[in-house]
Amino acid sequence: MTTIVERHKTLERNVTYLGLAAFAAVIVGGIVEIAPLFWIDNTIEKVDGMRPYTPLEQAGRDIYIREGCYNCHSQMIRPFRDEVERYGHYSLAAESMYDHPFQWGSKRTGPDLARVGNRYSDEWHVQHLKDPRAVVPESIMPTYAHLAEHDLNQGDMVAELRTLYQIGVPYSQADIAKANDDLKTQADPAADATDLIKRYPKAQARDFDGDPARLTEMDALVAYLQMLGTLVDVNAPAAQETLAKEKGR
Amino acid sequence: MSKPRLDDATGVETVGHEWDGIEELNNPLPRWWLWSFYACIVFAIGYCVAYPAIPLLNTSTKGMLGWSSRGDLAKEMTAEGLRTASLRAELDKASIEQIAADPRLRRAAIDGGHAAFKVNCVQCHGNGAAGSAGYPNLNDDDWLWGGDVATIHQTLVDGVRQPGDDATRMSQMPAFGRDGILTAAQVQDVVSHVRVIAGEEKPSASAQRGAAIFEANCAVCHGAGGEGSRAVGAPKLADAIWLYGGDRKTLTQTITNARYGVMPAWGSRLDPVTVKMLATYVHSLGGGEEAPAPVPDIAAAAK
Repeated sequence: MTTIVERHKTLERNVTYLGLAAFAAVIVGGIVEIAPLFWIDNTIEKVDGMRPYTPLEQAGRDIYIREGCYNCHSQMIRPFRDEVERYGHYSLAAESMYDHPFQWGSKRTGPDLARVGNRYSDEWHVQHLKDPRAVVPESIMPTYAHLAEHDLNQGDMVAELRTLYQIGVPYSQADIAKANDDLKTQADPAADATDLIKRYPKAQARDFDGDPARLTEMDALVAYLQMLGTLVDVNAPAAQETLAKEKGR
Repeated sequence: MSKPRLDDATGVETVGHEWDGIEELNNPLPRWWLWSFYACIVFAIGYCVAYPAIPLLNTSTKGMLGWSSRGDLAKEMTAEGLRTASLRAELDKASIEQIAADPRLRRAAIDGGHAAFKVNCVQCHGNGAAGSAGYPNLNDDDWLWGGDVATIHQTLVDGVRQPGDDATRMSQMPAFGRDGILTAAQVQDVVSHVRVIAGEEKPSASAQRGAAIFEANCAVCHGAGGEGSRAVGAPKLADAIWLYGGDRKTLTQTITNARYGVMPAWGSRLDPVTVKMLATYVHSLGGGEEAPAPVPDIAAAAK
């Protein structure tokens, strides 16, 4: 006993030993807490319907992050009655599997947006983003009217999708090759979006911002908002069965 | 490192190091602290046994209590479902008119509708149902499509101009300016006339010219005196209540490009009981009208 105490004193009085020992302790803690998330079933579950974002949705997501929407809006409905009744079915891990970075959180100055898709009309979103007080008088959200004025900086979606592919988002070669065209097709009511919708099931192709002549940042952001939470049919029998099997959460 | 020695003043052993004459006494930890520490360890072990804790290969230990956050939620939702089940069954069986006639059911429907309104309707119609530009105020008796409870229910079920719903309330005002039916000057005359019948402007030559144009183009839906028509959802113009706004600029915009307000068909999104509760709630807000005498005719006309 005395010898252990004496040895521990050596550790306490030698900063290099102490540093190494502390590092080892943190590594053990990290492995136990983080590593299982990569293999435990209920964190890597696959659910039907999930697909990578279309280039337009991804561009909208970039604007969402650029404008700091995440500072007030989370995208994670927790399994509590008050949240489920207000926002809809609780979020599944797989629903943010293609998010880089994910938008989880519980700090909500504004409401959770995990299932905001298709809840309101495009017109509502445009009106609300331009002037939140016009539709929600008590809102404290800033105005984002500039999004409708700025053309979407189209950049190179091919490069963006390829980057995402490299970190594990399963875009096909066709998706990557056609990314720049897809971006325009999805917001252009005159274009034929059949191929786009075949590669991205449930994608919504139309003019989003009420100005069909231009592809604005508003188009991209509304396209992104309108697809949030719409990919997985959580009430479908198959999804319910999967959920029943993995109640251990 | 000096040897541990007994401190003269307290009789406690020192830990054996000394900096500039300052030494540290090797007092034992306070008992209360030590026992709290041991209690925490015991609690942690108990917690790991009782609750899901230790990660394994494909899953984690489930814990003796079998607790899970999703299970907890399911239990809570089931309990709530059971609590309201009998009332919901009654509301489901009763027709919308029967609910309106039965004070107990009406009270329950208003409460439930109030909650559902907060979730589904406030985004457009506002927290107090006062609406905003483009979204009607539901507190007043100025109804576009009708304000008795069955008509409100019908509007809720099929929505207004909802694509894909055959029974939806449908009408489309022509875009008089954009489609070249009226010239820009004529549109201004109609604006003047509409503002005169709404009592917002004094009669003028422009309004007089507008009256003739109104008679030819607008009266078929909005009525000769601008009293509106609920059959086609044409707003009453001879009052100070405006859906989009009654100033010249907004009216010019409305007459030039027309409006096409959409309300979702809630019948396909919410369960029938919730829709009935919403209709009862909206009817109770202050503008609710009595159902006109022959009820079956109204139901038929609404479709």
